[in-house]
Amino acid sequence: MHYNWNWGIFWEMSPDGIPYIDTLLAGLKWTLATAACAWIMALILGTIFGTLRTTTKPWVVRIANGYVELFRNIPLLVQMFLWYFVMPELLPGALGDWIKSLPDASFVTATLALGFFTSSRVAVQVTTGIQALPRGQRMAGAALGLTPVQTYRYVLLPMAFRIIIPALTNEFAAIIKNSSVALTIGLVELTAATYSMREFTFQTFEALTGATIIYLIISVIALFMARLLEKVTAVPGYITGGSTSAGGH
Amino acid sequence: MFSNFDFDVIQRSWVYLFTTGLKFTLILTFSAMLGGIILGTLLAMMRLSSNKPLSFIATTYVNLIRSIPLVLVIFWFYFLVPFIGAWIIGASEPIQVGAFQSALITFILFEAAYYCEIMRSGIQSIPRGQVFAGYAIGMNYWQMMGNVVLPQAFRNMTPILLTQTIVLFQDVSLVYVLGSVPDFVTSASKIAQRDGRLVEMYLFVAVVYFVLSFGLSTLVKRFQKKIAIIR
Repeated sequence: MHYNWNWGIFWEMSPDGIPYIDTLLAGLKWTLATAACAWIMALILGTIFGTLRTTTKPWVVRIANGYVELFRNIPLLVQMFLWYFVMPELLPGALGDWIKSLPDASFVTATLALGFFTSSRVAVQVTTGIQALPRGQRMAGAALGLTPVQTYRYVLLPMAFRIIIPALTNEFAAIIKNSSVALTIGLVELTAATYSMREFTFQTFEALTGATIIYLIISVIALFMARLLEKVTAVPGYITGGSTSAGGH
Repeated sequence: MFSNFDFDVIQRSWVYLFTTGLKFTLILTFSAMLGGIILGTLLAMMRLSSNKPLSFIATTYVNLIRSIPLVLVIFWFYFLVPFIGAWIIGASEPIQVGAFQSALITFILFEAAYYCEIMRSGIQSIPRGQVFAGYAIGMNYWQMMGNVVLPQAFRNMTPILLTQTIVLFQDVSLVYVLGSVPDFVTSASKIAQRDGRLVEMYLFVAVVYFVLSFGLSTLVKRFQKKIAIIR
């Protein structure tokens, strides 16, 4: 078989004037930036909607359920297209044009898409965490004279978060991987950088190996930090296996 | 809001999209599910085996696949499969592999890692005593697995396996990155670009995916309740 291995390719110059290894690392920066911004967004929105799903008002629960189902049942790729191609057209003319003319339009839209997509999955975990608590804790909050908001803020959510930490770290690992879908709307993150390196050099397997190793290193670091966080936050007496064994990405 | 949009493009193309693109996506999903569950179950048995090298290989494979993004895996297999094919049949040049076969191999190998983790917890949910009982009445490993452990593991895990299949159904859309595989999203985006109707077409694609995924997950939930009562 004819395949010419050339591992030195990473130190050769790319058309951008930097070695190919730096092309990949520049892609990594975009991957991490997208994942981090989307993660903050997903945590905030996920907490809000996950909490709303456990309230007692039926119409609030229905709206929150609708939110979760909407973002869970459309593939991430299609959601990226919706934010990138469709959303600017549906907004009032000037605002849509402004978004399209942003210098980092694909970064902004990728972050929005990934944030909303992941927020629905975080919401499900938050709901699970709150429902895992004994009913008595909510009642105890009420008995102490706390308002519902205070009960959530000081009693239910702090415990719920400690219970779902393992599941959330899984979601965090997933958001880094899912950010690769942003290459379809033109964001040059790690996978896209790998693909462009391949197109310029035809050293397909070196490029793919390089990216795979970088993703592996990130996921080992993330796993290590997750274990540490889980150890620190574990609630004595609770089994917090999380959804480590379940499917999903 | 929709005054300057032309939803005619959907009326013109939906029959074509459903009979080619969506059909391709559904067949690919179903075949990858079958292959993925079979390979995933074998991987789970390897992971749980007392044979150290076997369990090491399976564990490494599953952890490796689970830590890299699907898009990267799609690229890997898209370029690698022709070489592996040439190696298997002893050809000197990389062989040509059709779009469907290439995508199918990719999704079987990728999803098997996820199905493996589901089946592993399924197998582990069966009390160990049943394994010993199987051996005690003279069964060998395959008889014990095939007749005692796996049927129960499958039944316990059916809802999660089906939920993962809905994830797979959504994942199949990512073959779009190859550009040459005629799945639902790729076909729709080709028509959208040809007719300059991106907004209408992508909204339509989103609605179709939503209806199918939501419908399927509602069915799975109902099914889950049903088997929960039997147990």
